[in-house]
Amino acid sequence: MSPVIENPLIKVEDLRFYYGDSRALHGIDLDFPEKQVTALIGPSGCGKSTLLRCFNRMNDLVDGSRVEGQVLLDGENIYAKSTDVIELRRKVGMVFQKSNPFPKSIYENVIYGLRIAGEKNKTLLDERVELSLKGAALWDEVKDRLHESALGMSGGQMQRLCIARAIAVNPKVILMDEPCSALDPKSTARVEELIGELRENFTIIIVTHNMQQAARVSDLTAFLYEGNLVEFGRTEKLFVKPAQKQTEDYITGRFG
Amino acid sequence: MKKNQNMNKFWRVGEPMVWLSGAALAMTLLSALVLLVVVMVNGLGVFWPSAVHKLELKDGSLLAGSLIRTEKTADASALRHQYKIANRDLYGLDFRWIDVADIVASTTPAELLVLERMEYGDFYGQLKALNTANQKSQAPTLEALRQALAQVTASKEALSELDERLQDLNYASEGLRLQLLKLDYKPQTADDAQRRRLGDEKQIIDREFVELVQLQTRRLAEIRKQTATFADLGGQKKDIVLADIVQAYAPNTMTLTDKLIFYAGKLYELVAGEPRESNTEGGLFPAIFGTVMLIFVMSLFSFPLGVIAAVYLREYAKEGLLVRIVRIAVNNLAGIPSIVYGIFGLGFFVYGIGSGIDQLFFPERLPTPTFGTGGLLWASLTLALLTVPVVIVATEEALGAIPREMREGSYALGSTKFQTLVRVLLPMASPGILTGLILAMARAAGEVAPLMITGVVKLAPALPLDGNFPYLHLERKFMHLGFHIYDIGFQSPNVEAAKPMVYVTALLLVLIVLLMSSVAIRLRNRMKKRYTFGTF
Repeated sequence: MSPVIENPLIKVEDLRFYYGDSRALHGIDLDFPEKQVTALIGPSGCGKSTLLRCFNRMNDLVDGSRVEGQVLLDGENIYAKSTDVIELRRKVGMVFQKSNPFPKSIYENVIYGLRIAGEKNKTLLDERVELSLKGAALWDEVKDRLHESALGMSGGQMQRLCIARAIAVNPKVILMDEPCSALDPKSTARVEELIGELRENFTIIIVTHNMQQAARVSDLTAFLYEGNLVEFGRTEKLFVKPAQKQTEDYITGRFG
Repeated sequence: MKKNQNMNKFWRVGEPMVWLSGAALAMTLLSALVLLVVVMVNGLGVFWPSAVHKLELKDGSLLAGSLIRTEKTADASALRHQYKIANRDLYGLDFRWIDVADIVASTTPAELLVLERMEYGDFYGQLKALNTANQKSQAPTLEALRQALAQVTASKEALSELDERLQDLNYASEGLRLQLLKLDYKPQTADDAQRRRLGDEKQIIDREFVELVQLQTRRLAEIRKQTATFADLGGQKKDIVLADIVQAYAPNTMTLTDKLIFYAGKLYELVAGEPRESNTEGGLFPAIFGTVMLIFVMSLFSFPLGVIAAVYLREYAKEGLLVRIVRIAVNNLAGIPSIVYGIFGLGFFVYGIGSGIDQLFFPERLPTPTFGTGGLLWASLTLALLTVPVVIVATEEALGAIPREMREGSYALGSTKFQTLVRVLLPMASPGILTGLILAMARAAGEVAPLMITGVVKLAPALPLDGNFPYLHLERKFMHLGFHIYDIGFQSPNVEAAKPMVYVTALLLVLIVLLMSSVAIRLRNRMKKRYTFGTF
């Protein structure tokens, strides 16, 4: 059923996730290829965000949560005792549903990840700011006001700033949790375009509610339903000729 | 039917509730406004040089007085005036009620003078003779009196240098005495060189001190020889030492400009001057200074303590029964009567820690306590305890109001909890934290009860901050505007004379609180602009 992925960057093996006593993920097995965009789709509450947040251990912040099974990044289990969460999150960046720039200048926002890592070299920081903002297609719009507050930007700019902030630390993977759900269509188009560019350098996993979006931006799509992986395959195949009845019902809008 | 529908709508929209809430707001504002207006009306008029009337009474006696207020007589058939007749040393009391019916004539002659004196309050009367070193004149002018006064003031100022020198010497001598005492506690050794050296030093200082005191006494006696003779309207004569006169003026001849200048001068004296006449006259500078410094030192303790405690409670402590109990306890702390804090401060800080410090560091001064008695430090700490719950609650709320995405955004970039706290959370919470500080400061400025037993005094000999090493004397007792109000309002022997000062002091206290809060509010608004989202 699943396509064979050679040398997956992230390998999920029998992942079960619990919020207290209730199980949100019932044994997920999934491989994510390097430098491709994988979309996670499914109706609300199907566990796609939970799964996404397992990849940078964001779920650690939730009281009473528990993980069984393993997630391998580059062959190493990120839930092993020896894993440094700080180090992991530097390798696996994240962009949130609601853009969340810090109440600092645009410049400081971009280099936040480097600053907290202790980077002090001014030239390197300047370089990285330019590179990241260019990478997030934001440079031309903000290059003259780098030291103004990031809170004065438009919603779409803020979200691209968050992407710039994520790529500034040069991660391997970027997780996107419905990055366009709070944006207008024009900003959405820009971000989608940006995702297409980013995949040349980064592995991207995107959670989305919007099936057209998944079809537009992703190479692979995984459909989750009630904590189970229903179907996983190349996007063009999954949307055109789904193997499972449930998938077909969902993408044709019969439920969800 | 239609009417019924309208009524239904009336109740559904909640019209009565809107009116009720509006009325509640109006009531609150009104009571605050009335309080302010009463204080301002009574306080601001105090220093205005109002006219002094020459009154001829039915019994033929003459009297000088300025009108204070008018009310109905006991049987409500006529009016009576209250006059300030001053001259307490001559008449025994300086306010008098006179029935309007008893007044035959009332004029405002130009020659009536008002003297502000160091003692016995004002004097109303006429200048009869000057008796100074270089002029003895009968029936001199006000101008001549003013010149003589200016000369006296100049020579007094020359003496003040002497005074400062005396204070320094006294301070040095006291320091040496304490050092010697300290040596006495050590076993006697052959090496008594230090002891001898200190003793010699002290002797030199003491000798200079005695000499200077004699010089001062001589000079003062000389100055005090200069007098002037005044007479009240009844013809009673009174010699007044010029050095005892603060200023002399003739209110009935003053123009509006003169009066304004006079008023400004009095306001300046109020803010910058020292109190006189058991605080009912003169300035309030030591009390203002004490109040501001108290609030400042209090903030230094309560602000960091409150913020750090709140950060621990909100960010680090594991939510559970214990944390809930702590939170309830903190909230209840704010409701404990302040006098209880005062008693705690006295028992714990003053008698507990203070005595301990004395025994450890200042044994030579015992049994005279240094820190083992009320002082600015202990009063500040007591107030800090009292206000810390306010800061904790405000900080906790401010931290809790930060959206979860902010924390997650920071964590997702690989920052630790501490980095997130310092770089994102605290800046974002700063407006809320400052609001807490403003509330705490306002609360502290208004507290009197706990201060009365932890270090406030009616008249402090020295400010807690001066030129003598170590400059900041937190163990010293201090004066406070709130206590000042209580003291002159209710402990003063001459209530009528003290009353204006009560209003002025209240006004000043309100102004200081207003000033400090508005500075803090400005700061908060700047933070708010910087750390919160504008329009989305």
